Amino acid sequence: MITRKRLATGACALLAALSAALLPTGAAADEPVAEESPKVELVLDVSGSMRARDIDGQSRMTAAKQAFNEVLDAVPQEVRLGIRTLGADYPGPDRKRGCEDTRQLYPVGPLDRTEAKTAVATLAPTGWTPIGPALLGAADDLGTDGATKRIVLITDGEDTCAPLDPCQVAREIAAKGIHLVIDTLGLVPDARTRQQLTCIAEATGGTYTSVHRTDELSRRVRQLVDRAADPVVPPVATRGTDRCAGAPLLRPGVYTDRETFGQHRWYRVEVLPGQELRASVSIASDRQVHRDYGVLLRAVTPAGREIVRGSEAGDGRTDVISTGLRHPVPERDDDGPGDAKPAAETVCLQVSNSFSAPPSVRTTPGMPVELSVDVVDGPAGASDLAAFGLGRGWWLLGALVLAGFLAGLIRGWLSRWRVAVWRTN
Amino acid sequence: MRTLRMFGAAVTAAAALLGPAAPGALAGPAASAARTESSAIPATPGSDAEAGPTEAGTTFRTAAAFRPGQEATAQAATGDYLYWVFPADTGERPAVRAAVTLPAASLRHGPATWRIDVYDGLRRRQPCMYGTQARAAARDAAEVRLTCVLRPVRGAADPWAGDPLPGSYFVRLTVTSLPDEDLGQPFTARLGVDVRDEGGAHAADGPPAVPLVPGATTADVAEAETAAGRTPAVDAAAPEDGWASAWWSDRWLWTAAGGVLAALAGVGGHALTRGSGRPARTPPGA
Repeated sequence: MITRKRLATGACALLAALSAALLPTGAAADEPVAEESPKVELVLDVSGSMRARDIDGQSRMTAAKQAFNEVLDAVPQEVRLGIRTLGADYPGPDRKRGCEDTRQLYPVGPLDRTEAKTAVATLAPTGWTPIGPALLGAADDLGTDGATKRIVLITDGEDTCAPLDPCQVAREIAAKGIHLVIDTLGLVPDARTRQQLTCIAEATGGTYTSVHRTDELSRRVRQLVDRAADPVVPPVATRGTDRCAGAPLLRPGVYTDRETFGQHRWYRVEVLPGQELRASVSIASDRQVHRDYGVLLRAVTPAGREIVRGSEAGDGRTDVISTGLRHPVPERDDDGPGDAKPAAETVCLQVSNSFSAPPSVRTTPGMPVELSVDVVDGPAGASDLAAFGLGRGWWLLGALVLAGFLAGLIRGWLSRWRVAVWRTN
Repeated sequence: MRTLRMFGAAVTAAAALLGPAAPGALAGPAASAARTESSAIPATPGSDAEAGPTEAGTTFRTAAAFRPGQEATAQAATGDYLYWVFPADTGERPAVRAAVTLPAASLRHGPATWRIDVYDGLRRRQPCMYGTQARAAARDAAEVRLTCVLRPVRGAADPWAGDPLPGSYFVRLTVTSLPDEDLGQPFTARLGVDVRDEGGAHAADGPPAVPLVPGATTADVAEAETAAGRTPAVDAAAPEDGWASAWWSDRWLWTAAGGVLAALAGVGGHALTRGSGRPARTPPGA
């Protein structure tokens, strides 16, 4: 029944479109999209416990090496890959030295497969498990440019270098706004390792996998490296203020910010008459929080009148909680003098959340906020109840037929009466 | 490839017993050996579904795009949040169906609850009118099936209303509760969307602006993008044959048909009462 406007998209364009569908327009669509190739750093635990022979009958180290070889063969061309080890060099009992034992095995850059494989082959299970320092090192290796970055941490034990909590380290790395995700893989993990690794993954929006077999390991690492290669334009870091006045003025695009429990963040957007503002916000739950939570996004005029709001509440396990709103600004009737451009309306956006956490949970840095702002050509205003005032359904047909019939009857009577009048005259 | 196949076989070992293989139904030219094997699970949205993406996204921004009628598959670890995105247009009622092949029962320690959530292009959660959106899987269950039938997509809505509008729809699949020790186990998911055409009943409120697609822009920005050789987000996220024209709905047919019938009824009514025309004795030219 529905005819469609056929778009001139060829088969190729269609494929390209599917992948491009994921690309949000950058901060400004007229600026060129940053074309920095993604970076991945594999962080491998080479601590003494990797000697345990419980993965497919081989040692964890052998399994890891085998998986690495397969992964290195399959790394996509565009990915810049690096390898870092932890606990590879110092076998001794000195805790301080053991906890500094992390080094870059292969620098982040275009991959020379043979060289990387040779470097991995030399590894032998040796020392401690300094996860926190290794993550800091990996973040340094990846740099601070605009590329998307991913750390894949493969370990078989929990961090042995307290008080530096690797989970907190991960959260702080992520909060630096360098588009970094940490995925963790636990080799035959025990409860504490699992807890720590899930915490690290959750803190950065990454994933956690528990590995019991070699093929699982190589398949998963390959999948994670491929994910890094997906072309996604990283969001722009911004910093909302606590009032509308002086809030950052956002152009259409995707932005990230941080918001702690109970904090309000304000942004401003300018919308021309006849345009529609669309805003969505997601707040990620990147730490242990209480069971119930919510998010509220409000569009407010500079004078403080609320225009429209989006809100969402939830409970239980989640990665993000999101909501959105749209606000069509009506066309002005008075066009003003000449061709003067109509003045843009400033809309303030307020993002607040109702997350809460037990007192033991650190509140800084805040939870990651992702705000996307779009401005589109909007309808001047809702028209009739039905599309163009058109009707539909059997009652409509009945009413029309009845009305037509009555009109015909009346018209017939009228003409009869006129004939009668004419005859009597 | 060998290891991949082994993995696929292990993951689907339990489910493979469930039904006859549907060879080739899902195996597009790009599908790997592992994916071919996993097609031994009966396809959820119908065995004639064409192959969709074989990976899922992990956030709204990386959601894997597929179209109604396609079957998207993904292999992931329990605890992951998987995201897909599909287009829905005015008058359509999407029904999302997902099947999760659970990790081997020997790896699991208790029941787990799986859930799909659907969000619109503005990331507003959309309620499911019918269907089992969340389901608890027993410890030894091999598969969980979830369904979510959305409200019919309307032509337009108040800004204050959360009604479904034409645009992108995100599906998130995840496990919402499970024993902690079951996190990170491998599972396979297959997801499809059936779309039923509900006609013009929902073509209400006048034509909307631009489909609710993340990254939608004003017309001049879209033109600039096209000129620069990029596909504007709205076109990229369109259904197979483009977004429905905002001008058309079957209300035109109903109304026109009503007009014709009314005219016929009018002629009939007139003929009933008018009599047989001018009297015979009327002089010509009067």
